[in-house]
Amino acid sequence: MRIVGQPVQKKDAMSLVTGKPVFTEDLQTGDCLVVKVLRSPHANAWVRSVRTDAAKKVSGIEAIYTWEDVPDKRFTMAGQTYPEPSPYDRLILDRHVRYVGDPVAIVAGGNEACVDRALRILKVEYEVLPAVLDFRSAKDNEVLVHPEENWRALCPVGADNKRNLCACGESHEGDVDEVLKECDVVVEGTYHTRANQQAMMETFRTVCYMDTYGRLNVLSSTQIVFHVRRILSNALDIPKSKIRVFKPRIGGGFGAKQTVVAEIFPAFVTWMTGKPSKMIFTREESQTASTPRHEMQVSVRVGAMKNGRIRAIDVHTLSNTGAYGEHGPTTVGLSGHKSIPLYGSLDAHRFSYEVVYTNVMSAGAYRGYGATQGIFAVESAVNELAGKLHMDPVALRDLNMVREGQIMPAYYGEQSNSCALNRCLAKAADMIGWKEKYPCRDMGNNKVRSVGVAMGMQGSGISGVDVGSAAIKLNEDGSYTLSIAAADMGTGCDTILAQMAAECMECSVDEITVTGADTDTSPYDSGSYASSTTYITGRAVEKACRKLQQRILEEGARMLECSTEELEFGGGRVKHLGDGREVTLEQVAFSSMCGSSTALQAVESNSSPVSPPPFMAGMVEIELDKETGHVEILDYAAVVDCGTVVNPNLARVQVEGGLVQGIGMALYENIQYTEKGQLLNNSFMQYKVPTRLDMGKLRVEFESSYEPTGPFGAKSIGEIVINTPSPALAHAIANATGIWFKELPITSEKIAMGLLEKERK
Amino acid sequence: MKITVMLNGKKIEEEISPDMLLIDFVRGHGCFSVKRGCETSNCGLCTVFMDDMPVLSCSVLAARASGRRVETLEGLQEEAEEFGSFIADQGAEQCGFCNPGMIMNAIALFRENPDPSDEEIKEYLAGNLCRCSGYEGQLRGIREFLEYRRSKRTGGAI
Repeated sequence: MRIVGQPVQKKDAMSLVTGKPVFTEDLQTGDCLVVKVLRSPHANAWVRSVRTDAAKKVSGIEAIYTWEDVPDKRFTMAGQTYPEPSPYDRLILDRHVRYVGDPVAIVAGGNEACVDRALRILKVEYEVLPAVLDFRSAKDNEVLVHPEENWRALCPVGADNKRNLCACGESHEGDVDEVLKECDVVVEGTYHTRANQQAMMETFRTVCYMDTYGRLNVLSSTQIVFHVRRILSNALDIPKSKIRVFKPRIGGGFGAKQTVVAEIFPAFVTWMTGKPSKMIFTREESQTASTPRHEMQVSVRVGAMKNGRIRAIDVHTLSNTGAYGEHGPTTVGLSGHKSIPLYGSLDAHRFSYEVVYTNVMSAGAYRGYGATQGIFAVESAVNELAGKLHMDPVALRDLNMVREGQIMPAYYGEQSNSCALNRCLAKAADMIGWKEKYPCRDMGNNKVRSVGVAMGMQGSGISGVDVGSAAIKLNEDGSYTLSIAAADMGTGCDTILAQMAAECMECSVDEITVTGADTDTSPYDSGSYASSTTYITGRAVEKACRKLQQRILEEGARMLECSTEELEFGGGRVKHLGDGREVTLEQVAFSSMCGSSTALQAVESNSSPVSPPPFMAGMVEIELDKETGHVEILDYAAVVDCGTVVNPNLARVQVEGGLVQGIGMALYENIQYTEKGQLLNNSFMQYKVPTRLDMGKLRVEFESSYEPTGPFGAKSIGEIVINTPSPALAHAIANATGIWFKELPITSEKIAMGLLEKERK
Repeated sequence: MKITVMLNGKKIEEEISPDMLLIDFVRGHGCFSVKRGCETSNCGLCTVFMDDMPVLSCSVLAARASGRRVETLEGLQEEAEEFGSFIADQGAEQCGFCNPGMIMNAIALFRENPDPSDEEIKEYLAGNLCRCSGYEGQLRGIREFLEYRRSKRTGGAI
């Protein structure tokens, strides 16, 4: 391969490093109405009345809307393929407000100052209701988050709003209870992970305006243009044909922008007033009224024989979807389906789950999407099991991990056709010096150095659901335009898809212009989420290129008066295999524009019946201060099997970025609510994301398998990378302290207090 | 109130509201590289130079900039391109939203300390958050850039 596999610079890189105006807010033109919402101060309340008369008199105020002004038709804001598994449980504005931050009124005005003033003047009378704040007591609680009759679930996900259930289910193979009874050692644990924030640097934001044809144009920082169009149509109750959604550069997504968060309010304002509008979320709003990771409590039982053979894994997950069900029924699935299959030769497994509504901010999609939570639990339990078996945890994994060619019963029965997990684990052990360093070394001075290990997996797209498409056309200078609706949110998909196109068309990456995503002009794509773009859309690019080549040959055959079979495509020209005559691509393109009926453009879609998992091993070395509980990361060795690495630079940075997010989740990023349901960690002052002083040294290597169904053998990379830090760090901390921390984040305070308590005992 | 600011070498006299923040003033004058990432002076995205000193423009009143020189990345395009290409060569720009602030602060670092150690780099840039890159690629890019400058200074091969 010439271009796939090369560390090509991102196509937009120089614009980004020189600070060009390429983001949503930079691109607004002319005067825009400023849109903000008034948010509920109560976790559960009924809006008795909203007095808008005084606020409407504030100079510059254009419109104020309350629950009385919006359609009474429920929808979901989850960006998922229709019919969405997430229940239809939202209104644009609802009389029943269900968390601190739920919108009560929309205010639009000529500038920020007048809007802020109107927000202060609005008088709302609430009937405050008791709230369900603890997700452990939500099911069948007498307080119902969604008592309304017009709540509905489109898919059979086990939802029942009259029981606060957003979803429930069970799947198993073999008799897990029976097999666990036969095991020599069984480890049980209950693990608790928090509702971490994606905390992308660009908050949620959208600009709207009406176009020449009276259509609503929505420029938004989103991963899912087509889903946004459908969701806006549902919410505003207007035809999809009246809506265009397109995206500029996106300042980070991590799944946050796989949910409609900012779009609905300015879209409603522009549709109602006919005037351009914009909504820019503050950081506080992004922290308190968005779509963080689902808080989960994962209970695990792992059973093994004395010789180390793991025979059974039983996982039960309780997931907190918050006030609304976005991604609730689906994230929970990954906590079992993408943790249990790490172990290849189980005699039995069971995975059951419940997803409950509570009166906190709705959860959503965040990199890892449930797998992160499940893997923290299962990998922690396996590490504890190794201790009980007096086995090295790396050796225990080597004995039990999934291998290439195995059927994975807990992973929808798919076969593992590309798996280099064994090589990943061996290499990571070499890199970190596992044999010498496991489990710990006392450094004196109250400091201990220790190591921890975890494995991880994810998927590559949603099997049988995700659709990726690509349209490619030849321009008259011999260059190509590639049109996609996958969303480059910094990940570099514009570039890696161009690399694939350049590989197929035998040209340079510079000769491929990439456009999108735009619902008016791009071919349909479900969007960039679920680790789908490289694997699903990549294959669509490959297919479209092959088709275009055929068309170019057809036009060449017309020019050279021969059949396409006599021609060869390559090196910027079409050549006659017999007599050596040739035409350049410029000539072909010009020819197609004069008296020709051959469209030199091809569109292809792609979907996959399987979702080949990428795999990885992560090992960390820490230095733990027993007096303060401080954990310093000395070294993190990560080895990933993402199939063929399409762009080693971009893949490496995906890994590094994911590891650091994972480190934040494991050690600092905390979500704390007051007893009234107010989120305390509502700014970067209180919600601590890692800085460059916190992440130590990261070392990343690839051990590639070849995925036969992927483009050029590639699988995904985007999400898996966040899955190993929590269990690996919890393991290292246990090796240093003898304490198994089962609740994230494992703060210095918890460690110091845990050590004190241990001493007292 | 009326202020006079030398913004990227251009003199601007303007009537402003006294509570206007410098970030809104410079964005109002087309300096869109200056981003707002938080409201609590924690992210470093809005870094600009005021009389050559890096400041967080979300925490400085525009009035404070009166009679001073203010520079944003728009005024430092050559330096941004030269240094930024090393970040781009690592793929470490990622979404790009935090890049202008980080690059401004890095330029300030290089002016102050032309040959910083890894520790000095990390400490100086600690206030520049990035959620995409994990920082390691940025560090690699900075090291490569410093190496390039060193070889340029000594006339060695690049």
